[in-house]
Amino acid sequence: MILNVARKELKSVFASPMGWIILALLMFAFGTYYLNGVNDYFEVMSGAIRPAERYGVTQFVGQTVYGLASFIMLFAVPLLSMRLISEERRSQTLPFLFSAPLSLTEIVLGKFVGLVAFLSILIVYIALMLFTLNIWSDIDFGYILANSLGLFLLVASFSALGLYFSSLTSQPVVAAILSFIALFALMILDRFFAGDPSNTMAQLSLMRHFQSFAGGLIDSADIAYFVLFIMTFLTLTIRRLDADRLRG
Amino acid sequence: MMTNLTVEALELTRIYGGREAVSNVSFNLTKGQVLGFLGPNGAGKSTTMKMLTGNLAPSAGSVKICGIDMIENPKEAKALIGYLPEMRPLYKEFTVDEYLTIAARLHRVSSRNIKKAVDNAKERCGLTHMSKRLIENLSNGYQQRVGIAQAIIHNPMVVILDEPTVGLDPIQIRDIRTLIREIGTDHSVILSTHILPEVEMVCDHVQIIDKGKLVFNGGIDVLKRQRIGNKLLIGFKNAPQVSDLLQIAGVSEAEALENNMMRVRFAEDSMPHEAIVQAAVKNGWGLYQIAPDQTSLEDVFVQLTYQDAAVAEASAA
Repeated sequence: MILNVARKELKSVFASPMGWIILALLMFAFGTYYLNGVNDYFEVMSGAIRPAERYGVTQFVGQTVYGLASFIMLFAVPLLSMRLISEERRSQTLPFLFSAPLSLTEIVLGKFVGLVAFLSILIVYIALMLFTLNIWSDIDFGYILANSLGLFLLVASFSALGLYFSSLTSQPVVAAILSFIALFALMILDRFFAGDPSNTMAQLSLMRHFQSFAGGLIDSADIAYFVLFIMTFLTLTIRRLDADRLRG
Repeated sequence: MMTNLTVEALELTRIYGGREAVSNVSFNLTKGQVLGFLGPNGAGKSTTMKMLTGNLAPSAGSVKICGIDMIENPKEAKALIGYLPEMRPLYKEFTVDEYLTIAARLHRVSSRNIKKAVDNAKERCGLTHMSKRLIENLSNGYQQRVGIAQAIIHNPMVVILDEPTVGLDPIQIRDIRTLIREIGTDHSVILSTHILPEVEMVCDHVQIIDKGKLVFNGGIDVLKRQRIGNKLLIGFKNAPQVSDLLQIAGVSEAEALENNMMRVRFAEDSMPHEAIVQAAVKNGWGLYQIAPDQTSLEDVFVQLTYQDAAVAEASAA
């Protein structure tokens, strides 16, 4: 049933030009960065004389592309998540889902899975693009997989938060702005506490937990953080929708 | 007996900010019945329907669909209901086929039967030639049909339609009414409307709700009897005195109206029509018209809702 809701969401993303345009633009951006990365690699590495300054092409190109991806998703996810619930509120289509034999959890999870599935297309695309480096060099697959997993968890967290803000309002634009601000704050939170890295507030920063994945490290503590983050916002969304049913 | 009850609503109450939007509404519906929900704007029709379909939690009371409690087993209960809310829940970016397929899938129609269910719903609602059109581009009436198709696609036990004929042209209204009657033969239908003749045409059970309270709950024939009454409307060129008419056997009451018309009320089982005509001919009253005086359904409706207000005022005082 969750998959049926997810299928409906995916279909609706692709029914409008919005989904296609975002896919095309992002793929273009990632492709450009990838190309620049490969070009720069030779320039930089030929300038690096001591062996200690040299590092692999996977990391060099991967860093550029994944760095851009995590930043761009900050804008792309709110744009995609904004319509999930608030659009349905505005056009009064929520009763369609509420009166179908679905629990609220299934509705919310379905919407979440639909959006993450859409964004996963991009993650898979980036990974495939980096894999093509293997044609002429020997790349570090582990690095790319760790980054992909990190990006996936990051994007899923963005989606969960975006979904929650979308459930708060009936204006998609308001939802987009709110989730963008919230995400941005969470991303740069660790900058504020740069002087004191052990501060609890700094631990909340999304970017900080992405860092280890970006370095090619899969840390269970970071996975736990992202999973908890996602679960928190999905639960909040379910509760918000339940309040609709109770309070009307 | 237990197999036939499709909807049981028990003392449904819904409070919005301290005000009772719906209070103590109870009723039962059996298989094969079409129930009409009547009431002025803001009477609580839609709220009641939302509670019946599980879109709104009742503040008190319970709903059972075919014996399944809506609050305890919402998924099982909702699977038996098809609901068309007042605002059509249409995803306008989809085509009719796509939308109905999604509706069928979400209502647990098995994937083998989806195509058949979609075709069947389209055929019943006269949408077959619109299959590939975007819902956005359909006219208001066709969108309404898609809404109804969506509600009957999984062949539910209970179909709940909130003002199904709003925005349709007369021919479509007739089609939809036939459709509702058809659905009503083997399922239960609840529909709300404020078009009174519609209730008379399609429903066999009527509920009138006013200010959240049920003021009338009974068969359509009871309402019809109230409507026809034992009254005659008679036109005379030379109107007689009221007392002259009262002398005719069976006439219990008479009153003079404007334009030389008179309204005559007669006792339950008497037929004074012929006697009145004979008297008119004999006395040269110049009879030119005699017809049963039908109170419009609107009047009955106003009477019922007004009576209640009067009673309430009296009891408050």
